[in-house]
Amino acid sequence: MSVETEVLWLDERRVVSLEELVQVSGLTRAELLELVHCGALPVREERGASYFFAAQTISVARTASRLRDELELDVTGLGVALRLLERVRGLEEEITRLRALLPRS
Amino acid sequence: MKYSDYYAALGVERGASQDEIKKAYRRLAQKYHPDVSKEPDAEARFKEIAEAWQTLKDPAKRAAYDELGKRPQGEEFRPPPDWTRQHAGGEGQFAFEDMDFADLFSRFGSRRGGGGPFAGEAGGMPGQDFEIPVEIALEDAFRGTTLELQLQMPEYDESGRLRRVPRTVKARIAPGAVDGQRLRLPGKGGKGFHGGRDGDLYLDITLKPHPLYRATDHDLYVDLPLATWEAALGASVEVPTLAGAVSLKVPAGTTSGRKLRLSGRGLPKPQGGAGDLFAVAQIVVPSQLSERERELYESLRQASGTNPRSHFAEHA
Repeated sequence: MSVETEVLWLDERRVVSLEELVQVSGLTRAELLELVHCGALPVREERGASYFFAAQTISVARTASRLRDELELDVTGLGVALRLLERVRGLEEEITRLRALLPRS
Repeated sequence: MKYSDYYAALGVERGASQDEIKKAYRRLAQKYHPDVSKEPDAEARFKEIAEAWQTLKDPAKRAAYDELGKRPQGEEFRPPPDWTRQHAGGEGQFAFEDMDFADLFSRFGSRRGGGGPFAGEAGGMPGQDFEIPVEIALEDAFRGTTLELQLQMPEYDESGRLRRVPRTVKARIAPGAVDGQRLRLPGKGGKGFHGGRDGDLYLDITLKPHPLYRATDHDLYVDLPLATWEAALGASVEVPTLAGAVSLKVPAGTTSGRKLRLSGRGLPKPQGGAGDLFAVAQIVVPSQLSERERELYESLRQASGTNPRSHFAEHA
């Protein structure tokens, strides 16, 4: 028997703390902070010394964790890779939007 | 379980040096890593490559793998009892019929250091996270849906035996999911062991192509074919939406490609409100004319002062 489970949307409505990001991403606190400081992970709110992120940052941080483990990238490489992936994502969104304007036949 | 040829996966000879294996892994990982690759089979290919690398990069694991001998890829296979006893804590540690070849090597070395598979792990071993792609229909994204996912999860039983167990996860997706939406189901990944937390399950949503609508974020686009006189004179036409047909006023002088917006008729937004539906005008010219139609078009040609190419002269 299966029970309907809690579903969390990874979008801008929910914020997650740096500690939660450490727990679910597999990155260390120091690695996450370095990615924040190089601008690869946008901070949603700063409360005192604590950082909070939009929940979709979980996906970005997990991508960074995979790239670190599987392509052996250091934090500088991760920062560059995340920025390029974000640019690719933006361009793909633009292509999808432009294609939507084209007639089907 | 089925045998995997790890050397073939990395495209190296069985006698390759550690350096050659590392270079082969790096080259293939850069090409097929699913976060950066657009190759159609990237995910499956990378899984093979990573699995091979996890074993062949470790000299002790590689030696144990080599002891199994070379076999055809995918051949049904069961490790000899001596091998299992020597490398992985004995046959009692495995339920071979429920395992992947990779599971065998993930448990490898459990005897090294002694004390069971997770000896020395503070707070137990956390369960594995899983990320799976899920395709849903546009109508389901609009109305919301409940997904019933049939999964095979690696789990350790009470005696520490690794096996794959079927699990069903039901997830209610509220209205408003868009292409690329990611969802997290906490604790629905692999089971933790010895008090470790359960892993999470991540769903990557994509929308199935729809015969009428094209989706971009929460907005939808639909072709709106118009007869020449409807475009020239204006008309009231019926347009299908995901919530039922609505009437749309087409202004006189509508040109092909013009977007007519139906506010709030796109996909609902989880935070409230909805995207828009854009009807994109496509002026349809009849491919065959009746005698009467031909006469009317001839009359129009003679009466009309329109020159659609007037700008050519200005810029030539």
